[in-house]
Amino acid sequence: MSRLGLALGLGFLWAPILLLVGYAFSAGRIPFQWGGFSLRWFAALAADERMREAAWLSLRIAAGSATLAMLLGGLAGWALARFGVFRGRALFGALAGAPLVLPEVVTGLSLLLLFVVAQGAAERWFGWRLGRGAATILLAHATVGLAYVAVVVQSRLAGLDRGLEEAAADLGAGPFTVFRTITLPLIAPSLAAGWLLAFTLSLDDVVVASFVSGPAGTTLPMLVFSALKVGLTPEVNALATLILAAAGLATGVAGLIFARISSRGANGAG
Amino acid sequence: MMRRLALLLPPYAWLLLLVAAPVAILLVVALAEAGPGVPPFLPPLAWDGGPVWAGSLDSLRALVADPYYAEALLRSVGVAGVTAALCLLLAYPMALGIAAARPAWRLPLLLLVLLPFWTGFLPRVGAWIGILRDGGWVNGVLAAFGMAPLRLLFTDAAMFLGMVHAYLPFAVLPLAAALLRRDLGLEEAAADLGAGRWVVFRSITLPLSLPAAAAGFLLVFIPAAGEFVIPELLGPPEAQLIGRVLWGEFFQNRDWPLAAALAVALLALLLLPIRLFQRLDRRP
Repeated sequence: MSRLGLALGLGFLWAPILLLVGYAFSAGRIPFQWGGFSLRWFAALAADERMREAAWLSLRIAAGSATLAMLLGGLAGWALARFGVFRGRALFGALAGAPLVLPEVVTGLSLLLLFVVAQGAAERWFGWRLGRGAATILLAHATVGLAYVAVVVQSRLAGLDRGLEEAAADLGAGPFTVFRTITLPLIAPSLAAGWLLAFTLSLDDVVVASFVSGPAGTTLPMLVFSALKVGLTPEVNALATLILAAAGLATGVAGLIFARISSRGANGAG
Repeated sequence: MMRRLALLLPPYAWLLLLVAAPVAILLVVALAEAGPGVPPFLPPLAWDGGPVWAGSLDSLRALVADPYYAEALLRSVGVAGVTAALCLLLAYPMALGIAAARPAWRLPLLLLVLLPFWTGFLPRVGAWIGILRDGGWVNGVLAAFGMAPLRLLFTDAAMFLGMVHAYLPFAVLPLAAALLRRDLGLEEAAADLGAGRWVVFRSITLPLSLPAAAAGFLLVFIPAAGEFVIPELLGPPEAQLIGRVLWGEFFQNRDWPLAAALAVALLALLLLPIRLFQRLDRRP
């Protein structure tokens, strides 16, 4: 019974994706008719300058915001897991959790209003004319990513044996040495996972980016969204296939690393 | 102590500036009067020797007075509720299947549930457009059998297909985690005492997984209530959900105070589900 349900559910999840991938390699324009094997849509994608520019912008924003999110979210997760009770902890926890549960339209609109107010203030007080675009998207994505990294790091630290750190401290290691030689290696996988999560969220976001961007900043999802509004184009199929291939590759590599780490642990050498 | 402060300060300041301040500004702008300038609203507090109230309750009043907005809010709650219920219905057997699989298979199966999440949200919606549109897959199959084409894209059914497809992994994960953690001894004991499989499921497995099911429901419901992209690309044009209405007021009508008021209303509506989810999430 449950096996059938699992098969049906996975079929439902994967059938549309597999159809889309299959038709990325069809020469025809019509989704139902197989037009013969062809890579023309990949070539068209590579030749599309707007797509290339948007993809490059999106990758830079995603890498930058994920890195900021990892640093700030790592600190936030650390504070939430290790600082115990401190003044302002409830507010801190609520703020760190808010981006996880706020609807995208609310996050986007509220951040845009902040940027508009900041722009107004910068112009009135300093005479600076700040635009909106890549930088504002980066700040917005870093904020959302921070929340995800904080959760991942906090739960990892909560499940961590503090005995190792205490032993190192007892043996005379300073706090920085303890952090560098014990804690950091232990939480590095969750920092990496958090970075990857923030990176993909940034690369996938169209709503928040549309709100906070300006005329100069069109990200790849914004471009794909407007392409889908006028109907699916085969280039989008090709693009989705590339994203899927990259995601599959990343998952495979992550799986291999995970398998190596756990087998090392099982041999007692980790 | 100083070191702690130095570590805490950057994320705390960031969150105050980019989470707390925007929400506060949102509340203020919801009370502002729309105007023709850039930005298209007037500050609700003016300064004339002292603070002078220059705001307006028009936007908040419009939410109550104009049934268009109340209907959009209600319909969003309904669509999110149906989506979350459908997701649970599909997710339950999937999670049971993962929990019942051989240990070596569990992680790969979970990854299969998660990987579509990494193919990107828009391409998945795009795949449904290719399947459902007039010259698409379903209609191609129908035509091959000599049947008349159906109008599938831009319908409620298309919207729900897209929503369930996008949010299903969110419902599977907490359920699978709870079912993998469960104590199988209880079920074995019940079976030893003569309970049939259905009785075991109904009286033990189901109640034990209820908190996870509730978490899964809310995990889908909360983002689905404000969803913009899927109703816009797959749903009927007349299905005005709150996300689309807010988007339209902001981008097309340039009525920022009204958009802000809609955001505040959506937040108020989600406050209870969010609190509920956070309580469930904190359970060990």
